Amino acid sequence: MTATINQPGDTALQVPILSARGLVKTFGRVIGLDGVDLDLFPGEVLAVIGDNGAGKSTLIKCLTGALIPDAGQLTLEQAPITFRGPQDARAAGIETVYQTLAVAPALDIASNLYLGREERRPGLLGNVFRMLDHRGMRDRAAAAVRELGIQTIQNIQQTVETLSGGQRQAVAVARAAAFGSKVVVLDEPTAALGVKESNQVLDMIKGLRERGLPVILISHNMPHVWEVADRIHIQRLGRCAGVITPDSHTMTEGVAIMTGAANLEDNTST
Amino acid sequence: MTVQSATPGAAAKELARREHTTSQRIQHLLHQHPALSPAIILLLTVVCFTIVNSRFSNPAALSLLVQQTAVVAALAVGQTLIILTAGIDLSVGAIAILSMMVTATLAAENGWPAGLALAAGLVLGLAAGVLNGLLVTRIGLPPFIVTLGTLSIFTALALLYSGGQSIQNNRLPALLNWTGEGFAIGRFRVTTGVLIVIGLYVVVGFALSQTSWGRHVYAVGDDPEAARLSGVRSRRVLFSVYAVAGLIYGIAGWTLIGRAGAASPNAIVDANLESITAVVIGGTSLFGGRGGLLGTLLGALIVQAFTIGLSLAGVDAQYRLLAVGVLVIVAVSVDQWIRKVRS
Ligand SMILES: Nc1ncnc2c1ncn2[C@@H]1O[C@H](COP(=O)(O)OP(=O)(O)OP(=O)(O)O)[C@@H](O)[C@H]1O
Ligand SMILES: [Mg+2]
Repeated sequence: MTATINQPGDTALQVPILSARGLVKTFGRVIGLDGVDLDLFPGEVLAVIGDNGAGKSTLIKCLTGALIPDAGQLTLEQAPITFRGPQDARAAGIETVYQTLAVAPALDIASNLYLGREERRPGLLGNVFRMLDHRGMRDRAAAAVRELGIQTIQNIQQTVETLSGGQRQAVAVARAAAFGSKVVVLDEPTAALGVKESNQVLDMIKGLRERGLPVILISHNMPHVWEVADRIHIQRLGRCAGVITPDSHTMTEGVAIMTGAANLEDNTST
Repeated sequence: MTVQSATPGAAAKELARREHTTSQRIQHLLHQHPALSPAIILLLTVVCFTIVNSRFSNPAALSLLVQQTAVVAALAVGQTLIILTAGIDLSVGAIAILSMMVTATLAAENGWPAGLALAAGLVLGLAAGVLNGLLVTRIGLPPFIVTLGTLSIFTALALLYSGGQSIQNNRLPALLNWTGEGFAIGRFRVTTGVLIVIGLYVVVGFALSQTSWGRHVYAVGDDPEAARLSGVRSRRVLFSVYAVAGLIYGIAGWTLIGRAGAASPNAIVDANLESITAVVIGGTSLFGGRGGLLGTLLGALIVQAFTIGLSLAGVDAQYRLLAVGVLVIVAVSVDQWIRKVRS
């Protein structure tokens, strides 16, 4: 907890790396997001909590180009930005682990890590014949998986469909950690993981923060949230019910706000 | 659970080894190499028919086999691409015929230079593929419905444009008949058409296995939403597949002129089903994302081997249809079984 630099007091002095204002997203008559603001500051872990259907996934999908918001404005490093699709967000350095994992089952682990950003061979073979650098991608994928400490994956050329749910999640997390250059977004990255693997992911999140990369973490696991988060965005019924910190509120108080049993009055930072 | 061993790791390894029964190992092997089962079937087919009638594997019969396979094999390249994206194309034959009739008519009736007429036909094939692609990706109609519609449209256009008349090769310029020309290696005759089709397999096979476009085709067929979220432009990839397939059908139409010795609007009536059959027997999954061109080539050869083998054996031609039908069902069942693989 030494790297906690963002107390509610000093966020005002800092410039957010990614911010959203007034995000609205509807699905027919269902309101997914009802005017949500969010700020992500450099080097912080921002947790997003909320009940099922509160709009957490919808929120991060709007931030990462997977959904196009009906209204609202995104700003990345102080410049207004619109994403036409996930590939735009990725190109801008925002890497996401979606709740559905978004891996291609029939492709192997290495191909999945590099899906959508394959690397070509150097020289003529790559430039003219557009030939992929299979071996290089395989080696780097193996290194990325090893770096995360995922020992259960033995063969990087194994197809993803032959992996367990937790191993698939590990692959998705490894992909985000390896490629995120500005922001890493994780939608319930530990949902299918065992205790040891969950702790590895939490360590990875802390590692990203140490590298100065901000992380948005969606989780239903309150102890995890209170362990790693610098600030906590509480999502409730498509709206933001407030932003707290692990120091300003206890877990019980946070859950009370999340479920609507309590209101957040004075501690809202934005 | 009394596995005796010194270390727990060894016990796990012991169990892991025991888990793999012969059937599981076969399943795993077929899963990793989808072209393996059609290769085995083709080998068995050739061996069996040779035992029945030794003329089956003499060079003349084999070169006939290759030449007769070529047109369907070319169409099956496009069909493979589309089936890899979990689609299906019923307009394969119609596009090839339309492209071929336009090329032949422009050259024979309208006095266009052969090269220009051929280019116009190929561009038309591409445009037909583009139309399919637009309907699938922009309007979001299922490929089956789109191509069922365009099958009728393109067939009608080909008949209307050609007046239902065939154009014999003596009225066609050399370039268009070139695909039927060839040379002999001993008693094995190779035509330009066959070489063009082999070229198609090499080029498209390379693109599928060695370029990011190929990866994306597989990813989109596997799970389009996952591919999109991974940053693949799923719609664009899907569209490109239909467009490329259209161009390939145009090229197939050109090889058909050489093979048939004429441009006829009533040629290759079974092209749709035959190309799908070749793809399916070749181990490409109708659910998308799995398979490849090598299997398709083998699949096309298997179907043709049955035709020639059964006729050499003096069996009624209808049995060929029966045999192919059985093969299709076996191939799809094997695919289903392979999909259940867990390493
Ligand atoms: N594609 C969609 N079509 C229709 N409604 C949707 C769609 N996606 C989300 N919704 C609706 O939007 C609301 C918010 O959903 P969202 O997935 O963001 O919830 P969540 O907070 O991530 O929940 P969970 O904790 O279960 O993951 C829900 O009412 C959901 O039914
Ligand atoms: Mg969610």
